[in-house]
Amino acid sequence: MSEQTQQKMAIVLFSGTADKLQAAVTIISGAAAMGVSTHVFLTFWGLAAFRRDMAGVPAPMSPEYGELGVQMGKLMQTKGVPAWRDVLDMAIDVGEVHVHACAMTADLLELGKDDLDPVVEDLIGVGSFVEMTRDAQTFFI
Amino acid sequence: MATTINQEIDARGSFCPGPLMEMIRAIRESSVGQTVAVLSKDPGSRTDIPAWVAKARHEMVAIEDLDGYTRFVVTKAR
Repeated sequence: MSEQTQQKMAIVLFSGTADKLQAAVTIISGAAAMGVSTHVFLTFWGLAAFRRDMAGVPAPMSPEYGELGVQMGKLMQTKGVPAWRDVLDMAIDVGEVHVHACAMTADLLELGKDDLDPVVEDLIGVGSFVEMTRDAQTFFI
Repeated sequence: MATTINQEIDARGSFCPGPLMEMIRAIRESSVGQTVAVLSKDPGSRTDIPAWVAKARHEMVAIEDLDGYTRFVVTKAR
């Protein structure tokens, strides 16, 4: 792998449940560690999880897994899995991670930049995000 | 001659990606030529730490399997 090769990853974070947030930030941290520049687009529930007034409030598990999801949540606590928001901070600390908010969702939820977690760099439209990550490996979570 | 360990971090209580992150931070804060050891119980570290070391072009000195955990020894090369 050449250092000169610009590598990018794009994550469209649509979900706001604890399990999916955990999966997203873990992939983001791997990318950050391996020198892959990562752009995260927060939309719908993903953006709702980054509301400033949600800071420290535990996100629910995905309902589609029923009791299994609840068990997984307990397991994550017992085994000391770090909080998803802390993993994101670790990723930002070791690599290049940019967090963008979907302007449309922000408008829908009547949220301005000041209502969001300070980690959010800007509010952008989907067109800008697609253009910014044209050459990226993209995940929808 | 045994390598002198300048810093040893016990990340056995830390879950993926914690131990890798600890290694990256410690190497970043070290001077070239210094050696860091990280203890990890995370099975992912087994592939992730060597992959990062190769990518970041440092030196993987040792990977020691101990009692229920692994000790990764890395020297900062640049």
